[in-house]
Amino acid sequence: MSGRLKNKVALVTGGASGFGRQSAIRLAEEGALVCITDLNEAGGEETAAMLGPRGFFRRQDVTREDDWTATIKAVLDRFAKLDVLVNSAGVAAAADNIEDADDAIWDLVMDVNLTGTWLGCRHAIAPMRRAGGGSIINLASVLALKGEGGALAYCASKGGVRLLTKSVAVHCGNQRNNIRCNAICPGYMLTGMLRDFLDSLNDREGEHARIAAMHPLGRLGDADDIAQMVLYLASDESRFVTGAEMIVDGGFTAG
Amino acid sequence: MGRCDGKVALVTGGASGIGAASARMLAAQGAQVMIADRDTANGKAVAAEIGSNAAFVALDVASQDSWDAAVAATITAFGGWNVLVNCAGILRHGSIESETMDDWRQTMEVNVKGTWRGCKLAVAHMKAGGGSIVNLSSIAGIEGGADLCAYSTSKGAVRLLTKSVALYCAERGWQVRCNSVNPGIIETPMLETYFAERDDPQAEREAWDRVMPLGIRGEPEDIGHMIVYLACDESRLVTGAEMVVDGGAMAR
Repeated sequence: MSGRLKNKVALVTGGASGFGRQSAIRLAEEGALVCITDLNEAGGEETAAMLGPRGFFRRQDVTREDDWTATIKAVLDRFAKLDVLVNSAGVAAAADNIEDADDAIWDLVMDVNLTGTWLGCRHAIAPMRRAGGGSIINLASVLALKGEGGALAYCASKGGVRLLTKSVAVHCGNQRNNIRCNAICPGYMLTGMLRDFLDSLNDREGEHARIAAMHPLGRLGDADDIAQMVLYLASDESRFVTGAEMIVDGGFTAG
Repeated sequence: MGRCDGKVALVTGGASGIGAASARMLAAQGAQVMIADRDTANGKAVAAEIGSNAAFVALDVASQDSWDAAVAATITAFGGWNVLVNCAGILRHGSIESETMDDWRQTMEVNVKGTWRGCKLAVAHMKAGGGSIVNLSSIAGIEGGADLCAYSTSKGAVRLLTKSVALYCAERGWQVRCNSVNPGIIETPMLETYFAERDDPQAEREAWDRVMPLGIRGEPEDIGHMIVYLACDESRLVTGAEMVVDGGAMAR
């Protein structure tokens, strides 16, 4: 451990699996104290156990404002401050195109991905201002930059997260509160969300190969590829970075 | 254990500014670093300060012979080469009406063709064993500056040159990644010189500061941190990307 996150307190949503879990692990390895939240209690407790005394789990529904209030309070009660928020809770829906779109799917994806992120930003700013600054990291996607026909609500929600991030960044900059807000745009990653989708298909291998081929590097990334960028944005190494969208995508959007 | 253990980096423009800072930071993370610059005195001083993990070679990025010699010197000194950081660049004030043909040609020669020459040599060498190329673009390569016609054009070219190189290597299965860093306004000797030559440096300085919502001025180390990330294997999935480090200038 080289202490890149020494003395930082982080809150990571979606911490029961995937990017959220791996980000929590990396942040803790570099010295941060981490609160992990998720709806998945078993996975969240498992992540917390991996962190030992550096972490704890709290069940949180990111779409509920009262749950955000209580979560922030729990972090402050336990660790006395908040420096880093990683909004990585998210959901995806397959076979969701503009003609077959379903109201309930649209609402769920927008609520979790976009409203959940908006609530996180809102509730993190006050404690971060008191801590003298902070870093908010929102998980967008390459599908915030390019469209996919069958990922309607997902594309819309992540496009929203991308510009929500910039608006928050400019606001905080204007306030001179030393709070930065940035987005990460991962390519398709082999985390639980994609695994579940692939497992639901008859031609799992064929679809995996098709998706991998969309990335010029020819393979899908894993959670650690994103966690390394989370680490950079969470640390003071990125003190001059705000409103940026950091693309970690195997070249998906380069061409 | 350093984040850049096993890396051999050639850093152009390494005598000052972003190049010098990134050379120091790469070396601090375990890389061996060849500092390449036209400025021999400062380049040697940076290498000496870093110590046995660094050396200096004279490089004029506008000369192919000079490039060939710098690459050969790197491989001879350190037994390999797997990171190229193209920092050498020039910044001249000038609009489409005011700038001269010489300004235009020199800017293109150094900023674009110099980077192109470096990428070509790096790809030829690194395609066998892998590597990372980091090109310095700019926020001026994303949004145009009225009085930075040649500079904006050159940095826009570097931005897309980067993506083309990235795709070319990736499509062939070579583990050579190529990314750009797009800094905002960074306190470097290049910037000092630029302001010193303006009619009203103070007013222009203040106008430039207002571009960045964050309200702080960028230092070479702010770019160096991103260069370290792109040089090391933490970014193994990152290619063809443009990393904006700009105090929020591009967010609005």
